[in-house]
Amino acid sequence: MSGKYKLIKEKYRFEIEDFKFPEKEYKTGRHDTVLPYHWALGKTWTRFFDGLREEKILGTRCKNCNKVLVPARTFCPRCYEDMEEWVEVGPEGTVDTWCLVDYKYYGQIKEPPYIIAQIRLDGADCGLTHFIGGFDLSDPDKVRGKIKTGTRVNVVWSKEKHADIYDIAYFEPVK
Amino acid sequence: MGRAVGIIGTGQTKHGRRDDVSYPDLVREAVNAAFEDAGITPEDIDGVVFGSMPSMMEGMAYNHFYFADAMRAVGKPILRAETCGSTGQSIAHTGVHWVSSGMADIVLVVGSEKQHEGDAQATMMTILEPFLQLSAGGAPVAFSMQSREWMGYYHIAEEKAREAAAIISVDCHNAGANNPLAHIRKRFTKEEVMNAPIITYPVRLLDVCPSSDGACAVIFASEEKAKKICETPAWVKGMGFRGEEYFIGDSSKAVWQSAIEASREAYKQAGITNPRKELDVAEIYNPFSYQELMFLECLGLCPLGKAADYVIDGVFSPGGELSCDPSGGVLCTNPIGATGLIRLAEAAMQVTGKAGSRQIEGAKLALSHAMGGAEQFNGVTIVGSEL
Amino acid sequence: MAEEKERPRTIEAVGTAPFEMALGPTWTRFFEGIKEEKIFGTRCKKCGRVLVPARPFCPRCFEPMEEWVEVAQEGTIVTWSYIDYTYFGLEDDMIPVVPATIKLDGTDTSWWGVIGGFDIKDFDLVAKKVKVGGRVKAVWRKEKRGCVQDIEYWKVIE
Repeated sequence: MSGKYKLIKEKYRFEIEDFKFPEKEYKTGRHDTVLPYHWALGKTWTRFFDGLREEKILGTRCKNCNKVLVPARTFCPRCYEDMEEWVEVGPEGTVDTWCLVDYKYYGQIKEPPYIIAQIRLDGADCGLTHFIGGFDLSDPDKVRGKIKTGTRVNVVWSKEKHADIYDIAYFEPVK
Repeated sequence: MGRAVGIIGTGQTKHGRRDDVSYPDLVREAVNAAFEDAGITPEDIDGVVFGSMPSMMEGMAYNHFYFADAMRAVGKPILRAETCGSTGQSIAHTGVHWVSSGMADIVLVVGSEKQHEGDAQATMMTILEPFLQLSAGGAPVAFSMQSREWMGYYHIAEEKAREAAAIISVDCHNAGANNPLAHIRKRFTKEEVMNAPIITYPVRLLDVCPSSDGACAVIFASEEKAKKICETPAWVKGMGFRGEEYFIGDSSKAVWQSAIEASREAYKQAGITNPRKELDVAEIYNPFSYQELMFLECLGLCPLGKAADYVIDGVFSPGGELSCDPSGGVLCTNPIGATGLIRLAEAAMQVTGKAGSRQIEGAKLALSHAMGGAEQFNGVTIVGSEL
Repeated sequence: MAEEKERPRTIEAVGTAPFEMALGPTWTRFFEGIKEEKIFGTRCKKCGRVLVPARPFCPRCFEPMEEWVEVAQEGTIVTWSYIDYTYFGLEDDMIPVVPATIKLDGTDTSWWGVIGGFDIKDFDLVAKKVKVGGRVKAVWRKEKRGCVQDIEYWKVIE
């Protein structure tokens, strides 16, 4: 790690994942790109994340098409109307689609294996992207038997909350 | 050129530090304003063109995905174009091409940046590969060095260049104070600018633009649609865009060929032979006051090597022969991906009498300009009140 | 609503992307030269220009540039600046710094470098010594890594 990264690491207090490119026959130069950013939540997502901290999943309803979208939106992407009516959705929902991630790559958000899924929460008109977990994922065949399109799932909250999307730990199949 | 193209609506956000809204909300603010100005609905739009700085400026690799909703692009063709600082001109040209070619009748073009979400310099440092050219310090260094090259090439005394740059800064800050949407709305004296601390020699603190959050939307329409929808469209009279080699040292940046050729192309299309006399307004891309001096020359608004003299004589100041940057320019507002498009929006507002407090009376023909890359690209668009 | 009174909130994050640039035969040879304290350019057989760093092809004529030329380690300053502020990736002890572009003798392009070898904290001294058109000479690091930083700085020839 070059001096520059050490400085950036100290300043922004984060770890750069050690990434090794496969050996190559030709010569290369190595330079990792590091870009810090501050993502502005705005009013709508501030309230959405505050809801998660209180173990509530909040969507907003479009007064034109009546759809409830989650995460909550400032405006309806189809009708372009302001979405000002707040609706609590879930905590249970139905699996729209899912994928078992069983290999490791750079910048992964979670240690594999894990399931990433689209979950249609009760009361919502769209899927929410989140994890499915809470059971043994080491055998893909067993996972396949357990999770299907239409499987009912229930939210599991993280113990420690930071008002972000990881306040939801994952969704687990309803017993 | 293909079919005639008119601008039927423009919209801008309040520029500045906009932590109060999410990035899509910011984009929507400009898009809504443009629709309101044009008096049309999303159904009327045939396609959407978006542009910003190189992705990752704000942590998102594909930000046109992120803004598809905010740009009302659901169910419509959408395209992203990007040429660094000149992005605003590139996306405008793309929109014009869609309409002039007959591929679309009405096109929405949106440029944006939310620089307080990212670290502008961190992104700038990724613009060049870091192996062959020592990227010693991002944009300010590259453009300061260009300014120094220009001063050295024409043997312009430092004090003279410094005074001329300060006049540009003072004029722009005065204009910015007069523009309710501008980021920096504070006036300075010539002495304050000339004695501000050096940031990257020869550039001093008040010679430098801010880092802004903001968005701009412009709606282009075919002649037939424009005449039907809009009482006073701003007609696109000429466009030019030129690129240069990647390695900065391969061509002179003091006599900036891409700026010269892009403007000559636009003048040719617009039938302009004496730009300083014929133009009423010029919105020049001036993130650094010294660069405006170079642009005044390269855009043919004064002889090469003479910009400092002309500026000191007040030729480009308010009440002078050609009004430059009545919006306050890039020196007062720089959400980079929007900046080049703001120049065009302001030019269009001027020739249609919609510029409000910053209106240049009777403006009929206006130039807008942007430059981008590591001193690599220049784009010019000229708009007029007459077809 | 309480949340409306709150200060606008942001989430801080860092995006990282590993990057490995293939040097290709031209730049591999160029950096091998650097390791041996040699600066190589290539000449275009059509326009005759010598470009540094060496290029696989001429960016104007698009001809392959196959004639290798070891160029002078002295040249002329085309432009320079003086960085006196810190930002991302730069810390207080890394500034000030005097970047410059230098046209090496016998070449037709200028190349980025850093001017040093005297007290650059003194801006007036820098402005006195560093001039557009002034002459400079490469000063090499003892330990080479085969990169542009192997040239530690460019020394002003008085």
